Amino acid sequence: MAVLSHQNQEARSANRRDRDQESAASSADRRDQDQAAPRRVSTAYQSWYRFSRNPTAVIGAAIVIFCVLIAIAAPWITPYPEHVGAVVNFKARHLPPTLAHWFGTDDVGRDIFSRVIFGYRISLLLVVVVLGSAIPVGALLGMMAGYFGGWTEIVIMRVTDIALAIPPLVMALAVAAVLSPSLVNSMLAVAVLWWTWHARLVYSITRQIRTQEFIEAAETLGAGKAHILLREILPNCISAIAVKASLDAGFVILVGASLSFLGLGVRPPTPDLGTMVATGSSFLPDKWWESVLPGCAILFVALGFNLLGDGLRDLFDVQDVR
Amino acid sequence: MEFLLFLVRRGLWSILVLVGLSMVIFVIARVVPGDPARMALGPTATKEQVADLQHKLGLDRPIVEQYGLFVAALSHGDLGRSLLSERQVTADIRDSFAATFELVVATILLAMTVGVPLGIVAARWKDKWPDTVVRLIAIFSAVTPTFFLALLLQILAGYVLHVLPTTGRLEHGTSFVPDITGLAVVDSLLRGQLSVTLDALRHLLLPAIALAAATMGQMARITRASMLEVAHQDYIEASRAFGIPDWVRVLKYTLRPSFVPPLTIMGLEFASMIGNAFVVELIFSWPGMAAYGIRTILQKDLNAVMGVVMVSGVFFVLVNLLIDVLVGFVDPRVRIRGAR
Repeated sequence: MAVLSHQNQEARSANRRDRDQESAASSADRRDQDQAAPRRVSTAYQSWYRFSRNPTAVIGAAIVIFCVLIAIAAPWITPYPEHVGAVVNFKARHLPPTLAHWFGTDDVGRDIFSRVIFGYRISLLLVVVVLGSAIPVGALLGMMAGYFGGWTEIVIMRVTDIALAIPPLVMALAVAAVLSPSLVNSMLAVAVLWWTWHARLVYSITRQIRTQEFIEAAETLGAGKAHILLREILPNCISAIAVKASLDAGFVILVGASLSFLGLGVRPPTPDLGTMVATGSSFLPDKWWESVLPGCAILFVALGFNLLGDGLRDLFDVQDVR
Repeated sequence: MEFLLFLVRRGLWSILVLVGLSMVIFVIARVVPGDPARMALGPTATKEQVADLQHKLGLDRPIVEQYGLFVAALSHGDLGRSLLSERQVTADIRDSFAATFELVVATILLAMTVGVPLGIVAARWKDKWPDTVVRLIAIFSAVTPTFFLALLLQILAGYVLHVLPTTGRLEHGTSFVPDITGLAVVDSLLRGQLSVTLDALRHLLLPAIALAAATMGQMARITRASMLEVAHQDYIEASRAFGIPDWVRVLKYTLRPSFVPPLTIMGLEFASMIGNAFVVELIFSWPGMAAYGIRTILQKDLNAVMGVVMVSGVFFVLVNLLIDVLVGFVDPRVRIRGAR
């Protein structure tokens, strides 16, 4: 018996070595092998394989990674990093796109391409701050409401429903009206109600899995509430949260851009995509590049997050997440 | 009977949401700014002036009592005076709301009448080219900033092609005043002035397309998904087995239950639609509530801003209530389940 299992093991490791050597094998071959011996492929590799076969997800991820990288590297890769500030060069104002100024120049002669890349920093910072605060808060409240039930559920979910009755942009406008418009306040304004969407999502998943055996088993073994919430329920919500977060990121960028388009977000001269579209729009249609190109830049990054979210949704098979 | 119970429950629940909404607005308007009296008077006012205004506004009373007074005034439709126009906020909002309502109704109709058929087409030709086209439309409509789309439409239709008016609600110099329902399209029809109706529709088209795009894409996606889901149900198989004609099966048995998810999504989408209306009204100089809201926000006119937020919230709650009723009509199962 022992000998047999030893032989088996040897055979398996030999097989693994074979597989490693033929990494260039065609996908059809690989699928056949996967079906024959699914245990030999690591889950990480399987996920990567499925991800890489999903064009939507790959294109989305590529766009997102590209935008994040250029935003981080902005001071070193932009042709005119000094144009971020209140630089004025009236001799070069309203120049159409050329090789020297890929996206042309704006009404005070600053390079729009450089400012767009720096603008990505603000957009992505907004995403990190808003989702970084909304997801933990929303997930925790959603899990508590779904797992504990009773009054916890009633209070949390009713508050969520009330918060949903206020459109995010309207709420942000109201906050901006009370506090003075600035980068921090606009982030606060967008973040303050964003958790509700995640609370609803996590709540509905928790409700579905609350009665399953593994939760019961953990309860019977005397696991604490924190263990059940964080170690039993949370891992089941992660994929749905990831999909939602990716779709949300694009939406956060759009809301942030709308706020600054209305003059209630980032203050000039800090480069912000929404502000740039607003300023450029007064020179339409002759100086189209001043608003159209920053607008396309917003579209581009939002598209990336959306495609990534769509792709992840197919990958994780969580169809009901929007 | 069950349906009635369902509606009563939903109605009561809506009232609760509105109470919560009033609390949120009270907190933003009275608690967050610190001292609204100081804010209204500016930094040059003396201590006595501030104390005087505080007393006049009731700000020197306990916070719970202040909230009580706030709600009492609210129940009479009194949101206080606007600092900007020095009129009652309710009067200001009433004047501008009709224009917003007209725009939003047109937007919903447009999103539904274009989005749902697109979804049906995508589901019928799943994984064929129409499906791909619809998917691309849906993705791009979701990721294009509304203000950007509005600007593009304005340039294209107004300045390049010269086919549609780009600002306002009616041609400049038109003396027509919509004074029956407040909706220019409806009122001009009621008065029999067809040229005005046409003009109003032409003005409505661009803002409505800009506002509808995002929702329309969602509608198409959701309709496609729910059509495909319903198509796999057993009773559809059964209807096929019974030899019921294709078109009856699609139109009657697949389409009707497929309407439920798009309807409910429309309710949720409505929130972001109101938000985007602010941008669209500003760009197209649409004389609506949102344009009023933006003006008052820039002027720090708190009463007016809170009025706009409150009305947006009430509008959202009412639309969702209406959608619940519609869903109940479309899908009898909801009526029975909802009553429990």
